[in-house]
Amino acid sequence: MILLETKQLTRAYGGVIAVSKVDFEVEQGLITGLIGPNGAGKTTLFNNITGLDVPTSGTVHYKGKEITGKSAHSICRMGVARTFQNIRLFKELTVLENVMVGRHFKVGTSPTKGRFGSVLKSFISLGNEEFEMKKEALHWLDFFELGELSDELAKNLPYGHQRELEIARALATEPSLLFLDEPAAGMNPQETEHLMSTIRRIRALGITVVLIEHDMKLVMNICDTITVLNYGQNIAQGTPKEIKRNPLVIEAYLGKEDE
Amino acid sequence: MGSAAEFFQHLMNGLTLGGIYALIALGYTMVYGILKFINFAHGDILMVGSYIGLFVYNAIRGQILGFWTIIAFFLSMLVGMVFSAVLGIAIERIAYKPLRKATRLAPLLSAIGVSFILSNLAAWMWGTKSKKLEYPFNNAPLHIGGVAITPHQILILVVVIVMMVALKLFIDRSRMGKAMRATSLDQDTAKLMGVKVDRIIALTFAIGSALAATAGFLIALEIKVYPSMGTMTGLKAFVAAVVGGIGNISGAMVGGILLGLIETFGVALIGIPYGLRDTIAFAVLIIILLVKPEGLLGKAEKEKV
Repeated sequence: MILLETKQLTRAYGGVIAVSKVDFEVEQGLITGLIGPNGAGKTTLFNNITGLDVPTSGTVHYKGKEITGKSAHSICRMGVARTFQNIRLFKELTVLENVMVGRHFKVGTSPTKGRFGSVLKSFISLGNEEFEMKKEALHWLDFFELGELSDELAKNLPYGHQRELEIARALATEPSLLFLDEPAAGMNPQETEHLMSTIRRIRALGITVVLIEHDMKLVMNICDTITVLNYGQNIAQGTPKEIKRNPLVIEAYLGKEDE
Repeated sequence: MGSAAEFFQHLMNGLTLGGIYALIALGYTMVYGILKFINFAHGDILMVGSYIGLFVYNAIRGQILGFWTIIAFFLSMLVGMVFSAVLGIAIERIAYKPLRKATRLAPLLSAIGVSFILSNLAAWMWGTKSKKLEYPFNNAPLHIGGVAITPHQILILVVVIVMMVALKLFIDRSRMGKAMRATSLDQDTAKLMGVKVDRIIALTFAIGSALAATAGFLIALEIKVYPSMGTMTGLKAFVAAVVGGIGNISGAMVGGILLGLIETFGVALIGIPYGLRDTIAFAVLIIILLVKPEGLLGKAEKEKV
């Protein structure tokens, strides 16, 4: 089943076309890799899908519904979460609080309550909501074995843990679809190895994963399917084996490496 | 320096004044923390809240004194707070939100415009003559060890402390408070965590404006209500927010109380002429900007890459 699909998605900044008529499909349950040289438009594509940016033209469909141009918070609430290439934690909040923010809309919001009903409730049931959010947040911290660091400020965490915390925070929103933007950037080989097993564990939870990555070993190892962007265009799509053999890809990207 | 009793007397006066500054400063600092923008209409929102509270109070108070007037007092304050909160949200929606992506100067000018509109509207509707709140109870000072403390001062301190504790709890411990802090640190990421950022901004204006209305109503108790009352008080509270470290909630509390103490002791003990009292705050502002521009509790901001 197709979980997410972009059709002819284009994003132009003035005269510069960052993403050009991209058709991109994400199959449910698979790990999809999105690769391509720097400036190929990978992060722009992520931004346009997750609501941080609005496509110039083209559409995005998620679970069969059009979500083009919807606000980032409503796309998140529909079950799409992401991380960033340059880690964007809430630096001055604690590790636990970071993940608790991911639980924000899961607790205490109900369609029957009015605008400020939830504010009032948030204040009155200070203890209850807090408890509920904490419990779930701790669960995700334990998933990454970060439980012991829960009271540290996020900015004080070592780099590798910060990357994990960002994923934990995204998972706390209970997504069906998770976008990881260069999760292995800056990691040493052992950390990358560990990350691979984490991504497999995430898939085992029934979450569909899409990742942008430059580490070819990681991509070829864990991705079920790969899409290649070059100069904002989708130039190839297929299994890791097919991608490795694709002459267009070799020319655009892999040709520089001896693989 | 005078006697110990005299010292405590000024301390008490300074704390009351400072507590009021602190309540107002919180509004400036919360809005700045999220939007990086100074809401120069904040003082006028305070003024409107004070008028509303005063009208309600003078209407329902009747002739009964004692316990029930206290209930009437708090009820009126609450009405003023709610009115100001709604006004704050409306101003944000109409005058600031459309300018969020404009140059930094645009919302600032818009705020100054809103400030003039509010104070002129108030003068036109309610007249420029100042209005006085009927006392809720006998305000004869109590003498405790040579220090004269008025029941009004006690009332002000209690209200200020309750408000501050409630706000601190809300910001630090509640779900919405967390979302607020997250939004002030990184709006886009907060959105991607499902936080409705526009709702959080509206909430920030509502809380800040309600606190300002509270402060205004307390001022009405001690002094008077008039259309331009928000200008000087607002500016001084803004100074307090900068002194404490703008964007920092505890900083606004500390800055406000400190400023109240400096003003009181400056006149009483150092002997600054009373006529120059209003200049003290601005002298403090200049000193802080020269010595510690990020404020007492603020962090030096690193340039964002």
